[in-house]
Amino acid sequence: MSLIVDHISYTYDAKSGIPVVGLDDVSLVIPDGQFIGVIGHTGSGKSTLMQHLNGLLKATSGTIYYNGEDIYEKGFDLKKLRSKVGLVFQYPEHQLFAETVFADVCYGPTNLGLSKKECELRAYDALKKVGFPDDLIFTSPFELSGGQKRRAAIAGVLAMKPEILILDEPTAGLDPKGRDEILGQIKKLRQEENITVILVSHSMDDVAEYVDRIVVLNHGKVFLDNTPGEVFKCYRELEEIGLSAPQVTYIMHALSESGLKVNPEVTTISEAADEIAAALKRC
Amino acid sequence: MLRDITLGQYYQTESVIHRLDPRVKLLGTVLFFVTLFCFKNPVGYAVAIVFLAVVIFLSRVPFLYMIRGMKTIVVLMLITVILNLFVTQGDPVFSYWKITITKQGIVQAATIALRISLLIIGSSIMTLTTTPNHLTDGMEKGLRFLRVIKVPVHEIAMMMSIALRFIPILLEETDKIMKAQLARGADLESGNLFKRIKAMVPILVPLFISAFRRANDLANAMEARCYRGGDGRTKMKPLKYHTRDAVAYIILFVYTVGSIFVGRLWIFNIF
Repeated sequence: MSLIVDHISYTYDAKSGIPVVGLDDVSLVIPDGQFIGVIGHTGSGKSTLMQHLNGLLKATSGTIYYNGEDIYEKGFDLKKLRSKVGLVFQYPEHQLFAETVFADVCYGPTNLGLSKKECELRAYDALKKVGFPDDLIFTSPFELSGGQKRRAAIAGVLAMKPEILILDEPTAGLDPKGRDEILGQIKKLRQEENITVILVSHSMDDVAEYVDRIVVLNHGKVFLDNTPGEVFKCYRELEEIGLSAPQVTYIMHALSESGLKVNPEVTTISEAADEIAAALKRC
Repeated sequence: MLRDITLGQYYQTESVIHRLDPRVKLLGTVLFFVTLFCFKNPVGYAVAIVFLAVVIFLSRVPFLYMIRGMKTIVVLMLITVILNLFVTQGDPVFSYWKITITKQGIVQAATIALRISLLIIGSSIMTLTTTPNHLTDGMEKGLRFLRVIKVPVHEIAMMMSIALRFIPILLEETDKIMKAQLARGADLESGNLFKRIKAMVPILVPLFISAFRRANDLANAMEARCYRGGDGRTKMKPLKYHTRDAVAYIILFVYTVGSIFVGRLWIFNIF
């Protein structure tokens, strides 16, 4: 179920009538089961790129292949693509509309033309997977707290059983606890379902712990595309484009420069702790 | 998706028309409309077209940019033109079955088409060269005399400027919500009318909720800054007349009187 982005560019007319480059010759291969982090500054083209992946925006040039099929070909079923590539927008709780959470989550599968029973099963299943409390399923989505609303909205996309799940800044506006809960749930989900997950963020600390690969976008171009360790090695270049490596990277680099024999490429806090403990033992 | 609406938008550039006091532009637009309805012969319209062309030239707004915003009105214009063409009674020029086109009908249809185009271009010149803030400022100050008969002029102006401010925000929001529901497999483009209206519910409900939320936030922000209506409120940049505004008033007066005089002169009545 691979997705291949082949040299796409996207320009649009801004208010003044001057064309603005949103994406500039972006190529990516998204294989099965990978957990990818897409990082970039505001306006770097992250959201624009994501909206191309499920055919909401059409590239000015270049094309996208889904399972070897050109998605811009006439007769390609975009609705089917959108059910396979689930896109959770930024602040997804703003899309809730139904009387109950359950009815709202049913909206996606119903649009796929599934039977009522199948829709309800999927909805319930999706709500379970995002850790939504059972006793709130039949309340109005507008009475929930921010974190619960977001879970409900993510479940709304998950209920379509996508093979690729894209989350655009899923933690924006949440407190640290809510953030860790949502990200933990996504990690668990990926392990259980073995789906591809693309996590869009502007914060390295958010993604460093979870992803296998990081794509850094800058001014609509792919700036870096590698494993987290390799990407964070370039922390000086990242700083030049207004991003930063996770705090762990800075500490580990500082330690290794001051003579402690640690591997500066570790990316998570627990790995770093082990590394420092091991290095201290060796002393 | 909804980016193409230019009607009622401001076009940023430097020009004499942009710098004019909004009250001049408001009165000018009203007078221009009045003259359009006073003409009895084509020469009057010719004068109006020349006047408008000069204003457009001075405003430095590209003519094509202006026309782009008119696309939405074309359907309305066609309907009025066709109705006038077929319904007006008079001397028949062309007749087939029950359809009769009269000389009066053709004249009437042409007049209406010309009038609507001039009305639209005339009003868009004002909105294109005046920021919404300036426009409501001008209205507030220009209509202040109405306070004598207890019209809440300031409140109406404030409501208008807020409404105008919200239009682009709500358009953007609509675009976002539409995309979010499309990503959930929504089908907005097929099916009969009833089905399509039903498909709009998942877009309209979140849109209304977001509008209420924004209105509430704005009201709170205004109260937090001690807003309490128009009494005794001063402006940071009060409107002041300059020499160019006086000149513009004179030109306006000359145009209005002149064009109505020429437009009603019997010697030009060729129809």
